[in-house]
Amino acid sequence: MTHRAASLSLALLLGAAFGLSTWLQPRALDWRGQRAQAGSLLEVLLGDGRRMFANHFFTKADVYLHSGYYPSLFDQAKMNCEGQRAGTAHDAESGAAHTTPAHDEDAHDFLGKPTDWLDAFGRKFRITEHTHLETNGAEREILPWLKLSAELDPQQVETYTVAAYWLRAKLGKVPEAEEFLREGLRANPDSPEILFELGCLLDENRKDATRARNVWQRALRKWQKTEAAKAEPDKFLLDRILTSLARLEEREGNVAKAIEYSIQLKTVSPHPEVIEKQIEELRGSPRQAATNAPAPPR
Amino acid sequence: MNTSFALARVVIQELYRRKDFYVLFVLTAVITVVLGSANVFNDDKIVRYLKEICLLLIWVSSLVIAITTTARQIPAERESRTIFPLLAKPVTRGHVIAGKALGCWLATGLALVVFYVFFALVTCLREGQWPIAQYFQALWLQWMMLAVVVGMATLGSVVFSATSSNATICFVVVVGILLVGGHLNTVAMQQPEPASSLLYTLYFAIPHLEFYDVRDLVIHNQKLIGGLDCLLATLYAAVYTAFFLVAAWLVFRRKPLSA
Repeated sequence: MTHRAASLSLALLLGAAFGLSTWLQPRALDWRGQRAQAGSLLEVLLGDGRRMFANHFFTKADVYLHSGYYPSLFDQAKMNCEGQRAGTAHDAESGAAHTTPAHDEDAHDFLGKPTDWLDAFGRKFRITEHTHLETNGAEREILPWLKLSAELDPQQVETYTVAAYWLRAKLGKVPEAEEFLREGLRANPDSPEILFELGCLLDENRKDATRARNVWQRALRKWQKTEAAKAEPDKFLLDRILTSLARLEEREGNVAKAIEYSIQLKTVSPHPEVIEKQIEELRGSPRQAATNAPAPPR
Repeated sequence: MNTSFALARVVIQELYRRKDFYVLFVLTAVITVVLGSANVFNDDKIVRYLKEICLLLIWVSSLVIAITTTARQIPAERESRTIFPLLAKPVTRGHVIAGKALGCWLATGLALVVFYVFFALVTCLREGQWPIAQYFQALWLQWMMLAVVVGMATLGSVVFSATSSNATICFVVVVGILLVGGHLNTVAMQQPEPASSLLYTLYFAIPHLEFYDVRDLVIHNQKLIGGLDCLLATLYAAVYTAFFLVAAWLVFRRKPLSA
């Protein structure tokens, strides 16, 4: 075979390969069948195992928020062990449980005193100060891990609400926060947490009371649908939804509705006496007095 | 000393002739650049995740270069029988051990410099700050840690018969120390005797390579480590490196080469 014939054969083969690929490509998409619906590359590669990584990256965001000062697995085991011992001793002495602030203090000083000179020396090369990322928008550093966590496990609702909070409240990125919450809502249409956070965004950032009310009312319905039947419903979330709705109605002048939400709130609030006082104040407000007054004779 | 340096030069030449370093560097650069170009909530000032991933890749790459380069030095010389003409010259077995280890350490140092220059360019341009002193400190400490790893792999190369087994064991030991070495004291305190004493002894005996892992300080823009502490860490690494090299020499000087 001459050089020219070889070159022509090569060109012919190349043309045939190109033609075949253009003919096959649209058909190949049909061959995938249900696999075409399989989702992202991470989903295909990791399957349900991606949830484990999602938790890791969510924790990573928390590590970043604390500027790297975070207990390792070993420190956590030590704290649990010491906590159990201290708890047992304390309960035996006073029969009372530990208060949360005390636990927080312990958690902040998880390193404790160095056990030996090697430990003391090693600490020179570690982060040993507890600081938070709260200056000059440094909170943004936690966002990549939250985004990655959401991609790995779209059903982890907390990821969306936490990321949206930092985006809208600290970084002023309201459109991004709303977009991320709506992404979370598409993945979790029955989540009252995401709806509540979206309502906060509409009320606090967009100043759109009407849409905020609608979203919070939807959050309340979703809470009743998903949480009410549970043995241990998330009452804290219900507390926040009802508080927000009551405040919004009071601000908008709908005192009767505000009282209605406050009465519901009283049943779940850890401080019903405070809510009762607020209800009394609302009942004594001029607008409510005007509503209660008898209609003038015609 | 000149003999050892001459041997070291050959090892450095081998590093830039082989493709290992280039492959690892290109891989690190490509992954970092791709991740750096990702859009995270339209915020182009986010940099710490990029630092974390780039430093992780640098650590993995430098360990691969250090261990694989060191582990194959003496077995390769013995396999190709070039060890005989080498020792026929006025070169002692001690020179071979010292020269090979020095060459591997200097070669990993050169590789580290290239990696850190890339790291500094990528992160500083994005962050708008140039914490060169901190990066130099991180590079220095990592290089000191690699001296211990090179010493360990040199000892392994005269103890184990195959390069692959030496490299695997070195990787397992180094990663094990990096992950749990610093927590052995915590674990020891929660164990009953005699496990507690055994773990504590192990804790004091192993080289604490995790001291040299200051990635968190770099990532979270923490203050510089004190000069005296760096010096002590350097001495600590030097002592362990010397221990491994002397042990390697003691084994190698009585080892038959023809096997």
